[in-house]
Amino acid sequence: MSDTTIPVTPARTRSPWRSRLSRWDQKGSPYAFVSPFFILFGIFGAFPLLYTFWVSLHAWPLLGEHSFTGLDNYQKLLQDPQFWNAAKNTLGIFVVSTVPQFTLALWLAVTLNRKIRARTLFRIGVIIPNVTSVAAVTLIFGMIFAKGFGLVNWMLGWVGVAAIDWTAHTWSSWLAISFMVDWRWTGYNALIFLAAMQAIPGDLYEAAAIDGASRTRQFWSVTLPLLRPTLIFTTITSIIGGVQLFTEPLLFAPGAGAIQGGTLRQFQTLTMYLIENGFTRFEFGYAGAVAAMIFLLVLIISLINIWLVRRISGAD
Amino acid sequence: MTTIIDVPAETEARKPLRRKVAESNNQLFRASPLNYLVLVITFFLSVFPLYWMLVMASRTNDEIVQTPPVLTPGGNLGEHITSLFDNPDVLFAKALINSFIVAGTITVGVVIFSGLAGFAFAKLRFRGSNVLLAAVVLTMMVPVQLGTVPLYMMMDWFGIQGTLPTVILPYLASGFGVFLMRQYAIQAIPDELIEAARVDGASTIRIFWSVVLPGLRPAAAILGLFTFMTYWNDFLWPYVALSPENPTVQVALSRLSSGYYTDQSLVMAGTLMATLPLLVVVVLFGRQLISGIMDGAVKS
Repeated sequence: MSDTTIPVTPARTRSPWRSRLSRWDQKGSPYAFVSPFFILFGIFGAFPLLYTFWVSLHAWPLLGEHSFTGLDNYQKLLQDPQFWNAAKNTLGIFVVSTVPQFTLALWLAVTLNRKIRARTLFRIGVIIPNVTSVAAVTLIFGMIFAKGFGLVNWMLGWVGVAAIDWTAHTWSSWLAISFMVDWRWTGYNALIFLAAMQAIPGDLYEAAAIDGASRTRQFWSVTLPLLRPTLIFTTITSIIGGVQLFTEPLLFAPGAGAIQGGTLRQFQTLTMYLIENGFTRFEFGYAGAVAAMIFLLVLIISLINIWLVRRISGAD
Repeated sequence: MTTIIDVPAETEARKPLRRKVAESNNQLFRASPLNYLVLVITFFLSVFPLYWMLVMASRTNDEIVQTPPVLTPGGNLGEHITSLFDNPDVLFAKALINSFIVAGTITVGVVIFSGLAGFAFAKLRFRGSNVLLAAVVLTMMVPVQLGTVPLYMMMDWFGIQGTLPTVILPYLASGFGVFLMRQYAIQAIPDELIEAARVDGASTIRIFWSVVLPGLRPAAAILGLFTFMTYWNDFLWPYVALSPENPTVQVALSRLSSGYYTDQSLVMAGTLMATLPLLVVVVLFGRQLISGIMDGAVKS
């Protein structure tokens, strides 16, 4: 950075015009710099979200008149077993995937934080799954989890377990989908944790060691509390990703009824249900209500998460 | 790009001070054999599905369904890739080009807009900056894809339904990008440097281009790489928004596997082609990506 040269203009008394220009520049520039983000987000992020709520208050078919119906869609939604089924699947897969994922990622980050040979190779290895296309990975795992010729069932056969039809049951499809999600995201989170761990000043560990804290104790009392902002951030990212889970379950059993997530909707997620209502049945109002409920869910789990992380890592 | 950890062995007396500090730092303890075992297993699990994709893509359909499965690549890869590109219903070549356009445009936009806003939040004083920054953080918590239905209607109003801008425009504003750039600018760009430039009469935009942007390069590279990968791989919105004649590569893949083409080896050839560009990126830039993250963290 030190080699960046700034053209030096000889010092001189500035004209009033120049100093006024400079004052405008200093006052106005910050707003000019942040405005592209806010304008773009406003049009393509915030507006559609708000408009979703408006649409959700209507009977809004693709063709024909739409009429204001108030909270009818929500009332219908709360009594819709398919909606609750999708909510159960989404939360279930989220929990089944996230708990092992974060445990593994923390462990991996601690390991990667050691003095290791070939560390670049290992770190690149860790990031490769995240780089791979999610649609491609799902199709690959679909074959690995195939009933007849899949690798997983073949390996289970070694220990005498009969072939499992992974897409046929709730538990098995949740497990397979969680495996795909974790394969993709564990390494990514490990690298984020690693970067945060390296930012922790070494003298904190020295001080802890002088006080007689063991390595494990240091992890719980120094590393984890200082990782709190990172933990909150990564968990919220995971919640948003988890609640929007779509590609893996959609392509897990591709075919005509893929959007329903299996013959008995055993792995239909909320986002799949949203897309089914919006773009298969073209009931935009009802789909909007589903979107609003998903948003509410993200909000609730995020708040629970922040509260939980505060509790676990020692509130200040 | 030597870091503290890479310094070759020296005699105790000649060790530089920072190395002594690093050694006393618990974070840099030597890895145990168990650590290596964990890493090797992780590495194997990370790479195996990709190897498996290659095996499947290079075998015939009869060979794929054999039990016990064949574990090594066969000789039919070229043939499958040719028939993939020759297939007039899949438009695979067009899908690849579309994906490059979409992911590339989004990447350039995100890096520039995030750099501008991140710099402003990190280094410039302005009324309301705290509230606006909180708004940026909030946008990260909002799942933008939930606006899919109105977004679909909007694209119709604009008359661009089914075209590539439909999948580019919604992603140009990245709260994550702004936040990342801000964090990086705070620690990587000294205030004195900006003040010095200001004293020399540089305008704010000039300071951004000549002082801040070069300093932000590592963060921009990381943000750019992750953005490219994310939108190369994006599926939900392109799946909903794009017309069948104008797919991205992920949408083409889903059509390849769900339509009339249950040809497994052809599907795997497609996944290989969809994944290859990103693997090339990682092989070329992986080192910079990782050391960029690490450098930024070590410096603080």
